[in-house]
Amino acid sequence: MSRRTSAVTVCAGIAAVALAGCTSTAAPQAGTGEDGAITVTASDTACEVSRTEAPAGTITFSVTNTGSKVTEFYLYATGDRIMGEVENIGPGITRQLIVEVPDGGDYTTACKPGMVGNGIRGAFTVTGTAQRSTDADAKLAEAVAGYQRYVTSQVETLVVKTQEFVDAVKAGDVEQAKALYPISRTYWERVEPVAESFGDLDPKVDGRDDGEPGVPFTGYHRLEKDLWVDGLQPDSNEMADNLLADIKELQARVATIELTPVQLANGAKELLDEVATGKITGEEDRYSHTDLYDFKANVEGSQAAVAALRPVLDEKDPSLGPVLDQRFAAVMTLLEGYRVGDGFKLYTELTEDDTKKMAEAIDALAEPISQVAGVVTA
Amino acid sequence: MSGLSRRRLLGAAGMGVTLAGAGVAAAAYSATTATAPASSPADVVPFRGTHQAGIVTPAQDRLHFVALDVVDGDRAALQRLFQKWTTAAERMTVGAEVTPGGALNRNPDAPPDDNGEALGLPASQLTLTFGVGPGLFEKDGVDRFGLAAKRPAALRDLPSFTGDDLDPALSGGDVCIQACANDPQVAVHAIRHLVRMGMGVTAVRWSQLGFGRTSSTSTAQSTPRNLFGFKDGTNNIKAEEPDELARHVWVSGGDQPWMEGGTYLVARRIRMHIEVWDRTSLREQEAVIGRDKGEGAPLSGGTEFDPADYSAVGEDGKPLIPLDSHIRLASAESLGGVKILRRGYNFVDGTDGHGHLNAGLFFIAFMRDPFAQFVPMQSALANNDALMDYIEHTGSAVFAVPPGVGEDGYWGEGLFA
Repeated sequence: MSRRTSAVTVCAGIAAVALAGCTSTAAPQAGTGEDGAITVTASDTACEVSRTEAPAGTITFSVTNTGSKVTEFYLYATGDRIMGEVENIGPGITRQLIVEVPDGGDYTTACKPGMVGNGIRGAFTVTGTAQRSTDADAKLAEAVAGYQRYVTSQVETLVVKTQEFVDAVKAGDVEQAKALYPISRTYWERVEPVAESFGDLDPKVDGRDDGEPGVPFTGYHRLEKDLWVDGLQPDSNEMADNLLADIKELQARVATIELTPVQLANGAKELLDEVATGKITGEEDRYSHTDLYDFKANVEGSQAAVAALRPVLDEKDPSLGPVLDQRFAAVMTLLEGYRVGDGFKLYTELTEDDTKKMAEAIDALAEPISQVAGVVTA
Repeated sequence: MSGLSRRRLLGAAGMGVTLAGAGVAAAAYSATTATAPASSPADVVPFRGTHQAGIVTPAQDRLHFVALDVVDGDRAALQRLFQKWTTAAERMTVGAEVTPGGALNRNPDAPPDDNGEALGLPASQLTLTFGVGPGLFEKDGVDRFGLAAKRPAALRDLPSFTGDDLDPALSGGDVCIQACANDPQVAVHAIRHLVRMGMGVTAVRWSQLGFGRTSSTSTAQSTPRNLFGFKDGTNNIKAEEPDELARHVWVSGGDQPWMEGGTYLVARRIRMHIEVWDRTSLREQEAVIGRDKGEGAPLSGGTEFDPADYSAVGEDGKPLIPLDSHIRLASAESLGGVKILRRGYNFVDGTDGHGHLNAGLFFIAFMRDPFAQFVPMQSALANNDALMDYIEHTGSAVFAVPPGVGEDGYWGEGLFA
């Protein structure tokens, strides 16, 4: 597990780069790309990658959004395993994605204008091998490192999106705040098991109004209640500030977290448990009824954890991966049926038959997912 | 310790299984009933044989019945599931875990294959009986599994009957599994694990727990009482009546060779308005049923097993067994010889939300043709039975129950032949 140290270093490096990109509102530095970076020109309708081949090792993409919608850029391995991603690239912004690709093979690039759908995809080839991952420990370490990159990127965007939400609340712009609420929660919900591992932050950020007497009701759901039911309260601004502070605290802690492969596998399962017990029942977002946004985010987070473990899974039980692919796809297809524009139907618009179908699809997926941890450690 | 005893049981059952190979199952079964009465809870009922167990098996005390929808997967996935189910079901009927060592001694990072709630419990005469509903052959006009040509003519949705108040959420289903045992935990353990194995292909449509058999299916059993307090199933077809079983229960010479030796299962969830019943005079109760409450004798006189005399009249010139009484309308005499094998259970499912117990009788019956047997019987009852004032049918389903599983066979294999 000695690679863990270097993996964390890589993580920190990415976080730093991403943050720099995030705060940069300067004109794109694109063009030829610096230090061998591959430039990506992402418009609303195209995703032009300057080179579609690179040697194994550290690959840097410099992604410039020339379109009008916020976009994302991904590098996928087989089975849509996310090697790296950069999200929330506003119009006119350039951000970098630095990704470790140790094995040669066929990969896929994708831009997602509007941050939805499968994206505009292209083939990408990695040649040679940078680090031979024959050692099972090395593969597990890479799985953990890959997932930590994912968590880091999600939490980074969570900070940005929560800031936007908090700004809208404090500006008294209820309509805007309502629109931003489910969006900002998406990034929380994707990494919920990691966030929940910090026992003190979860109740403050995501607690519901059914806690013990004397436990203050704060965080997302308190603001949700203000926005949808009670109207903004004298202490809403304070609540908003506290929420943002807690999310920033989460980001600081995530930077130092050390996960294990079993935690990844259990996290993938716990995210589906969240769906089964909180979202399908409409409990989570009981005032806004935006549960399906959270539902999708939980499933995406689960998929990301499984994808990180995929090389280990494929080595130890090759039959499990394809089953998971098929059942993740079934859940996503089902969810797409409830899409309205960029968002989803409200929970209150769902019929009993709708939620029954969702529960069945989650059971079908969660049962094989529950095998992942055992396979990984076997 | 308990693990050891369960393994011993499995060994013993393994021998039983070999013996019970095609043809001799009936003999093996009779031997079981002769030497080990229903009161011995450790009994293992042979899983394989000419007919499925759980039909003429002396009715156990507890039921867990589940109806499943096939929600995803193709023909091959369905076939694989039926094979997996068969292996697991056979293991559980001898008191073993769902997979060898499935409850213990596994990777601590993996969930156990068997949750273990039946560890240490005897086999409890567990039987698992498998059936397939009309929807497996065609649903919404689609033949999902290439099985349309295999659908027997007798397997189709039942018509609606006068007074039905059917809840779709308690009706129908593509597949059913009936678990009967003398320990409710053993029955629930079996259904729970079969449901788990089906996830991704099947999902629970509805499920019913039952306690207290409401019929005897063997002359070795005494007649039980249902929640109306009356003996029920006095005139039922019994395991010891092979001619009656051949005539009324087992399919032979039908339109689908794969159903030869099979039967049909009709399930009806019958809500009993027990609070109203409890306010009804004894005279009225006995007139509604057509039997006396204490002995269970027909109102025409005699003792429980004396035949009812439907022509007998009292001093007032009126029939002693009223024209609208339950036993008269359900009798073979008034139905042109029609009989069915009943195997129902009592249920109390919490409350109805109006300050009452949600209680009743979960009616299960086996027959060779639902449309020639159950339908005319229920039509007569629904329109005329005095009991209809006290009951309401709230769930309904019909399933084709394939013949027994041979030595290397599996549930429903004839569908894929």
